Amino acid sequence: MVNESKIWEHLEDVYDPEVPVLSIVDLGIVRSVRVTNNHVSITITPTYTGCPAMGTIEKDITVKLQEEAITSYEIHTSISPAWTTDWMSERGKIKLKDYGIAPPQDEVDKSVLFGDPLVVPCPKCDSSDTKLVSQFGSTACKAHYQCKKCREPFDYFKCLR
Amino acid sequence: MTKQEALHIYLLRMGDDSLILGQRLSQLCGHGPILEEDIALTNVALDLIGQATLFLEYSGELAEQPKTNDELAYLRLEKEYVNAILVEQPNGHFGDTILRQFLFDAYRKPLLEKLLDSNDERLAGIAEKSLKETKYHLRHSSEWVIRLGDGTEESHERIQNSLESLLRYAHELFFENEVDKLLIAEGIVPSAESIFPIWEKTLNDVLKEATLTLPKNNWKFQGGREGRHSEHMGYLLAEMQYMQRTYPNMEW
Repeated sequence: MVNESKIWEHLEDVYDPEVPVLSIVDLGIVRSVRVTNNHVSITITPTYTGCPAMGTIEKDITVKLQEEAITSYEIHTSISPAWTTDWMSERGKIKLKDYGIAPPQDEVDKSVLFGDPLVVPCPKCDSSDTKLVSQFGSTACKAHYQCKKCREPFDYFKCLR
Repeated sequence: MTKQEALHIYLLRMGDDSLILGQRLSQLCGHGPILEEDIALTNVALDLIGQATLFLEYSGELAEQPKTNDELAYLRLEKEYVNAILVEQPNGHFGDTILRQFLFDAYRKPLLEKLLDSNDERLAGIAEKSLKETKYHLRHSSEWVIRLGDGTEESHERIQNSLESLLRYAHELFFENEVDKLLIAEGIVPSAESIFPIWEKTLNDVLKEATLTLPKNNWKFQGGREGRHSEHMGYLLAEMQYMQRTYPNMEW
């Protein structure tokens, strides 16, 4: 018998292709799992509209379900409500930091223009003396920072609300 | 005109603005002035093409003969595109690229904010998703306008010239015809009147900080929303549509 909590467990083994340390559950992009008469229905949501990883994620879910001998399933994509970094799990944030990516900070959604620069602590040495190098980093969801203390460049997972 | 026809056209405009500007920015991939900006501009391009996908998909479903977003993006003729002329303007130098982006972002952000209240739930959902990205775009483009304007003598002069040449295309962003009138009455889209003052304020605030001055001439170009484009559009489409025209129905 397939049940919903079992499916959630399986999805813990599917990793985000661009941040391979996070499972899609940690990232908060699995929005719902429903099982009716052994038929599994999963809804996922993209982090960004142009996220090129959605196709891969859908394939990876399919592969995982097939490995678990689940044959009757469907995967939907939904964009509303829109994904927010608030949906990332606490465990996910710790994993991100250990991996060298600063997790999203609790940014207040202040004025987009002329806002105070955000303090992002260095994931390596925890110094708060860091600087923004570029608002846009190696993927749509990250910004590029550098630590002024240990000189290490690092990615910051941008807060999206 | 029915509500469905009007919404089809409105979504086409939103999608075409995103698609054509996204295509323009994509042309900078590997050609950015510095590595960080190369990455930033292509990130913005990716967001815009992602947004175009959502708008065109919805628009295509409402067409009299339903079309996929790929058919709309790649298989229309130039006069069937309804993007504003602003977004098809060439990348020029970095100041031109940034100023074009700023004029667009400053309009797109308040528009998406108002669309959150749309009576059309699906459109409101697309706006909600896109807005989060557009906030970053506006922050990026306005910071650069300030840095270039309030930078060296040369950077100031060059971006001031960009403003002189591009501002004339910005007014078309506030174009309205019977499509808008019908949708405004239905509570589906906001009026241009409600967006314009917000755009103007952002423009004035940022230009002031950037020590730039609004051009005195008040030329206004339009036509894109009705399918009349500048000479740059054909070249852009030739490049963008090449693969689909040469190998119909090809997929990655």
